[in-house]
Amino acid sequence: MAGILVYAEVRNGAVRKASLEAVSEAARLTKELGGSVSAVLVGAAPANAGEVLGKAGASEVIALAGPKFTQYSGDGYAAAIHKVAAQMQPTAIFVASTPQGKDLAPQVAVLTHAGVASDCVGFTVAGGKLLAKRPVYAGKATLTVKAAESLLVATLRPNVFAQTDAGAPVAVTTREAGEVSLRAVVKEVLAAVANKLDVTEAPVVVSGGRGMKGPEHWGLLEALATAFGNAAVGASRAVVDAGWRPHDEQVGQTGKTVSPTLYIACGISGAIQHLAGMSSSRVIVAINKDPEAPIFKVADYGIVGDVFEVLPVLTEEVRRLRAAS
Amino acid sequence: MDVAVCVKRVPSTDTRVKVGASGTSIDPTGVQYELNPFDEFAVEEALRVKEKTGGGTVTVICLGPGDAQKELRNELARGADKAVLLKDDQLEARDAYSIARALADQIQKLNVRVVMMGKQAVDRDNGHVGSMVAAMLGYACVTEVVKMEIQGDTARCEREIEGGAREVVEAQLPAVFTAQKGLNEPRYVKLPGIMAAKKKPLEEVAAPAVAPKLTVVEMSLPPARQAGRFMGKGKEAVPELLRRLREESKVL
Repeated sequence: MAGILVYAEVRNGAVRKASLEAVSEAARLTKELGGSVSAVLVGAAPANAGEVLGKAGASEVIALAGPKFTQYSGDGYAAAIHKVAAQMQPTAIFVASTPQGKDLAPQVAVLTHAGVASDCVGFTVAGGKLLAKRPVYAGKATLTVKAAESLLVATLRPNVFAQTDAGAPVAVTTREAGEVSLRAVVKEVLAAVANKLDVTEAPVVVSGGRGMKGPEHWGLLEALATAFGNAAVGASRAVVDAGWRPHDEQVGQTGKTVSPTLYIACGISGAIQHLAGMSSSRVIVAINKDPEAPIFKVADYGIVGDVFEVLPVLTEEVRRLRAAS
Repeated sequence: MDVAVCVKRVPSTDTRVKVGASGTSIDPTGVQYELNPFDEFAVEEALRVKEKTGGGTVTVICLGPGDAQKELRNELARGADKAVLLKDDQLEARDAYSIARALADQIQKLNVRVVMMGKQAVDRDNGHVGSMVAAMLGYACVTEVVKMEIQGDTARCEREIEGGAREVVEAQLPAVFTAQKGLNEPRYVKLPGIMAAKKKPLEEVAAPAVAPKLTVVEMSLPPARQAGRFMGKGKEAVPELLRRLREESKVL
């Protein structure tokens, strides 16, 4: 059977949005490629899994059950998914490019003798073959790749592909995964700040650089992020290396590459490594004292000024706008 | 405990990327190379594993051109004991699978319990080679590790997930670990290390040819962003900014 197999990642009892985006993109592509979309999840299926995955475009949802699958195991999950893939013979396997997906996809690929197109931001079909576009050099260039043989495994960058809901809910089929040995297993999850959005997944990112003058001023950025309601706080490499912020917030070539709808750079001059990591954002706003700062060369809208003066006013105005809407 | 650590020589992160004549990889003219930044954390952790377990050999492996001897020599100076260069002047023609296969074959010969790598190379940005090597060898794998401790045959690691949360992962050795920034503070190379490195073994062998699973159709540059407009100076510019965000780009 042709078609696309999509791994549906479950966290905190829900299918992740990035996985629903992957299902929707797969559904769009199968209209040209033929076949249908099968979603596979490992462990207990959330109560609404059939509904959300079906609406996003899956024709079937398979839950792989096994007594050991209460926590994530890269090798265990890969072995289970490989069994489904071997039966189904899909033309592609899609996985959301999340910390779990990036760990899992290459292991699935080796078992299925395929290559992985990583962190894809676009797909086209040409001559019946799937072409994947993916950024390299943190976004300084884009590669278009295809599978040399039949199967392509791809991870899809969150927040890039539209999640649709035109499909119909489907029933979840539970299958026994069979015996798999687990070599690496998650034992527990240490939560950080409750409900902190990741910079790679947030629709709005508010980032601070050395112009913020010290970690004690980060409250200004957090207040703006809170005013937006759906924003994550990011940081430049300089402030991470200075120990002001944890490195999981770093945006740039040795940090994370982000493509939010709106990126607001505050007191960031714009080193080439930082620009590479955020230039694919849809709209960029820069606030900086120095009108010659390189960040203004990629910003759609710039304010020349002191972040300490601009940020509180901006926060207040955003809060008022959102309260009114 | 014997440890293998895989490193890559990559264009330095301040490189301005241009597409080369092949149309499928970068133009190497004028490009400066350096050790992949994440690999420094991998080498440091390899040295620490050796030190904490009371000795052993740290072998650094690099798949790359002859010029990568320089990067390998530097890691010997940092404290690694041996180096192997899997020489390949056509590195750009390989995908992660092809690189992983060549590394896995070499690692198997070394018979180590712990394999370290950087979490991804900052040129191709795949982040696949560690997981692939593990799957090829049947080893456990923990990626993007920010903390690790080995007790007997078990490694207890922390890896980063979304929003600063961490997963605690237990892995049975042998295992591959990929290092995330924050795992450790890499030690500096010192002069006695540089002197000692000159006498350490650096073996050069031809990398096995492995057909890639992915074909690069083309490399392109993203459309250049046009510099936008200044909304004005200071806080007086805020209303105009918000009006544009709402009416022009419709993101509010």
